[in-house]
Amino acid sequence: MAFIPHTERDVAQMLAAIGVSSIEQLFEEIPANLRIKSLAGVPTALNEMEIGRLMSARAKADGRPLCFIGAGAYEHHIPSAVWAITTRGEFYSAYTPYQAEASQGTLQLLYEYQSMIASLTGMQVSNASLYDGASAVAEACLMAVRANRKSKSQRILVPTTVHPHYRKVAAATAGNQGLRFEEVPYCTAEGRTIVEALGKYDGQDISALVIQQPNFFGVLEDVDALTDWARARHIFVIAVVNPTSLAMLKPPGEWGANGVDIAVGDGQPLGVPLSSGGPYFGFIATRMEHVRQLPGRIVGRTVDLSGRSGFTLTLQAREQHIRRAKATSNICTNQGLLVTAATIYMSIMGPQGLERVAAASHARTRELVTALSRVKGVRTAFTSPCFHEAVLLFDRPIAPVLKSLEGHGVLGGLNLAEHYPELGPALLVCATETKTAEDIDAYARALTEAMKAARAA
Amino acid sequence: MSNVPADLKYTRTHEWVRDLKDGTVEIGITDHAQHALGDLVFVEVPEAGREVGAGEPCAVVESVKAASDVYAPIAGVVTAGNAQLAHTPELINQDAFGAGWMMRLRPTNAAMLSELMAPSEYEALLKAEGA
Repeated sequence: MAFIPHTERDVAQMLAAIGVSSIEQLFEEIPANLRIKSLAGVPTALNEMEIGRLMSARAKADGRPLCFIGAGAYEHHIPSAVWAITTRGEFYSAYTPYQAEASQGTLQLLYEYQSMIASLTGMQVSNASLYDGASAVAEACLMAVRANRKSKSQRILVPTTVHPHYRKVAAATAGNQGLRFEEVPYCTAEGRTIVEALGKYDGQDISALVIQQPNFFGVLEDVDALTDWARARHIFVIAVVNPTSLAMLKPPGEWGANGVDIAVGDGQPLGVPLSSGGPYFGFIATRMEHVRQLPGRIVGRTVDLSGRSGFTLTLQAREQHIRRAKATSNICTNQGLLVTAATIYMSIMGPQGLERVAAASHARTRELVTALSRVKGVRTAFTSPCFHEAVLLFDRPIAPVLKSLEGHGVLGGLNLAEHYPELGPALLVCATETKTAEDIDAYARALTEAMKAARAA
Repeated sequence: MSNVPADLKYTRTHEWVRDLKDGTVEIGITDHAQHALGDLVFVEVPEAGREVGAGEPCAVVESVKAASDVYAPIAGVVTAGNAQLAHTPELINQDAFGAGWMMRLRPTNAAMLSELMAPSEYEALLKAEGA
């Protein structure tokens, strides 16, 4: 059955009401060359049973490999309660409700989420979420340009150590709005940005500096020095952070002498499963003085006419349904369902639970790096401290080695050849609390075999 | 009937201009405008040194109902923004023509002041708009 509620009679009545004779006439203004003539490329429909079999077969083809790929999305254990509660009918919505204040439960959940993100990042205020980490970086750059009234240039410094996808999305989103992104090279021995590399910008008009911590290589940047350098020059600092790491590392609100201006990141590690790139969610938090430049929805706590506590959407004059073309952003929703899962995840884990996840992930990654760098032809790339990812350098091309590891049921990591060719054959690996000593051992043995096979070939 | 002081100039977009007789002018929104907006909760004023063109949006007033742009009545360079408004936007509601001033600027061409609306013309505009 088709789930389309309009009968032919309904359609005829609606067309009559607006004075149009047919659907065809309604769409007349779309030029003929932009219309699809036939849907020949779309296969015939499958029924529920057939599609179920197809998807099961596809899922089986994935197998259950041991995954050591991080690079922006991380496999963490998700307590069963998280999605059991998230998928309850009362919560199961992808959006903020249209009659928002009628849904006090949803608003309270978003308010708790905002409070948790503010606490985790050490910032004063958070919105109700954005689409993902990459779009959060783009929104933060646009926000910095609006809020930094000491700068007119719209120039944003972005170190090469920031996630390559985030850099690409920021340029695609904000590039056409006049923002100019300038890459800051990193120290290839340490795998991080050094303050001296910023020296050439001294005295220039720069709107913002983006700092990712841990950076794309998993390495810890010298965030205090970078933040202080920028803020002393009236340059806004945008922190891009992994929420799990904040249980161990200094939050952006405390970087340098006075903290950063905007903190963003991808919320996926907080209870959202890996699923071919999404849907995930982004977070953004800032100082109270910049709240009117914050994009997206914000839930506030208030009292009703009888003085009872309640929740409401607030500061809506920033948003496009009121501010139209001058809104802070075209974001007019949030990632409701995933934020629900993240809020429940954070509630269940608590600060101590999150800290244990972070500490275990860090420890497993150190064990992994030790085990893998014992394999002939493999060594660590950088001397700097890292969180739960690291770069390994190989004495031969990575692609055939990864292919061979797949045969052993191991997803070995991300090949950096595409984005960082200057490193030579390099692999970004990650271990979280989900990996055991046996898993790490299995990877090391598979890698030994794969390298042997590669040398013999 | 709104209060329309006789010693000021006005715009169609409800700003007022006071000639400070030192080569600069003071600018704000009219009593009628503050009344129409309702209680102001936030005001953003331009920074000193900013160059603005006539009719260019240069400040924002946000009330519990809406956010609106304030337009520069005349081209010039901003010499001061009223910093008090950042913490006490209600000054505009309380005293739109006095303590609620928003910015001062040095006009590029002071002669343009005479192009602005006289109090009688502004009163006629309010009447036509049904105020």
